[in-house]
Amino acid sequence: MTDIQIQIDNKTYPAAADPSIVDLKLSLTSEEFICLVGPSGCGKTTLLNIIAGLDNDYEGDILVGRQHTAPKIGYVFQNPRLLPWRTVRENIELAVDERQPPEVIDALLEVMQLTAAQHSYPEHLSLGMSRRVAIIRAFAVDPEVLLMDEPFVSLDAPTARQVRELLLNLWQQRPHTILFVTHDLREAIALADRLIFLSAAPMQVVSEIVVPISRSERGNELAIESFRQQLLKNHPEIKQLL
Amino acid sequence: MISFKKCLPTLSLLAFLVIWQGLAVYLDSNTLPTPEAVAKVFWQACVSGQLPFHLGVTLLRLVISFAIAMLLGCAIGIVLGRNKKLDAFFDNWLVIFLNVPALVTIILCYVWFGLIESAAILAVVINKLPNVIVMIREGTRMLDQDLLDMARCYRFSKRKTLVHVIWPQLHPFVMGATRSGLALIWKIILVVELLGRSNGMGYQLHLFFQLFDVAGILAYTIAFVAVIQLIELLILKPLDKKALRWRK
Repeated sequence: MTDIQIQIDNKTYPAAADPSIVDLKLSLTSEEFICLVGPSGCGKTTLLNIIAGLDNDYEGDILVGRQHTAPKIGYVFQNPRLLPWRTVRENIELAVDERQPPEVIDALLEVMQLTAAQHSYPEHLSLGMSRRVAIIRAFAVDPEVLLMDEPFVSLDAPTARQVRELLLNLWQQRPHTILFVTHDLREAIALADRLIFLSAAPMQVVSEIVVPISRSERGNELAIESFRQQLLKNHPEIKQLL
Repeated sequence: MISFKKCLPTLSLLAFLVIWQGLAVYLDSNTLPTPEAVAKVFWQACVSGQLPFHLGVTLLRLVISFAIAMLLGCAIGIVLGRNKKLDAFFDNWLVIFLNVPALVTIILCYVWFGLIESAAILAVVINKLPNVIVMIREGTRMLDQDLLDMARCYRFSKRKTLVHVIWPQLHPFVMGATRSGLALIWKIILVVELLGRSNGMGYQLHLFFQLFDVAGILAYTIAFVAVIQLIELLILKPLDKKALRWRK
């Protein structure tokens, strides 16, 4: 695994008068879980699309190690984007290298508790299950950076908590660099090694905070809440971003 | 009640035959033979091998021209649907070809290339092609960009994207083009055969027309309708079922 440097000098949409992103620098350490927190519409999805290579209309550079290449990406989109005419397993298999042994997918399905549903079509799955399939697909390609764009939005609280725990479990078994977009501070604290707060129009880094809570304590809601209170008290500048 | 409902299609067919028989007996004219007379002609034409031969010739022309029109039409339709500049350039051509009367294309093909088999096939293809292109182009324009982005992000090859992402989305449009295409090609092929071939259903119908043989015309029509029904039942319906098995 290699570190990744992202530098976006300017990103302006053709129809917009003002730039969406100006002089944004992100440095991702290998196997680090980073949460990007910012108000909706601040350009977080634009940033992820640039990193994913879906949007090439920007000035800047992405460095993987020392090379100017596009990193290998796993992307969990806001909606799962599964092919409805392919089964759960086929959806995952299509994304991965054909030479990869099938046991890798078997193991991922098991961790995400989807072994029984692997031959079902996405229309027969609940939203929570579809999201889990999208997460498996992203891990299965063994990406250099895994992008997650509010993957738990519109899930009810218990389901969101369950998928979040499964995600953390999977990530601890197979550590990858994750860039996770959310506007839910509690969720961000529960997941991240480091929080990056972003402002809107143009998007800029407001502050970067390392989460000191140990991984074993992340399930403890009291610890999360107390850190959140402390964070809001010590960093008043982030209040307006939530 | 349920069994009565199930019998309705058969009953309606019987009613049709009864009305036909009644009218034929009432009119007592060569221009409207009874169902029985038509059945007899049908049977004789089958036994003599005349009907299977001409039907086979027409079917062969149908398969060849249909395959060419669908393959070319799908390829061009996808390209035009994905490329705005090419689409803007060829849009007028499409409108022109869509509106040239079938008869004009057929006559021109025969005049330019002679009364040969390839001219006949070409005339059918030219008539059907714009239709397929337009349908597939509309389908391609409606492709889900989210899924295409997903494919790009996961580095699907071009072939993988076409087979697993684009083609399943085009399926309803391809089936639409197939069904309307078969119906259109049937009709055009008969005219093509009537004007410039010495075999096939169109040629035979022309012959019956000159002989004023209505029973022959009706017997061949029945064979014709039966074949279309068989194609729908044995090929198109199973294809639909297989492609849409993922639906709830």
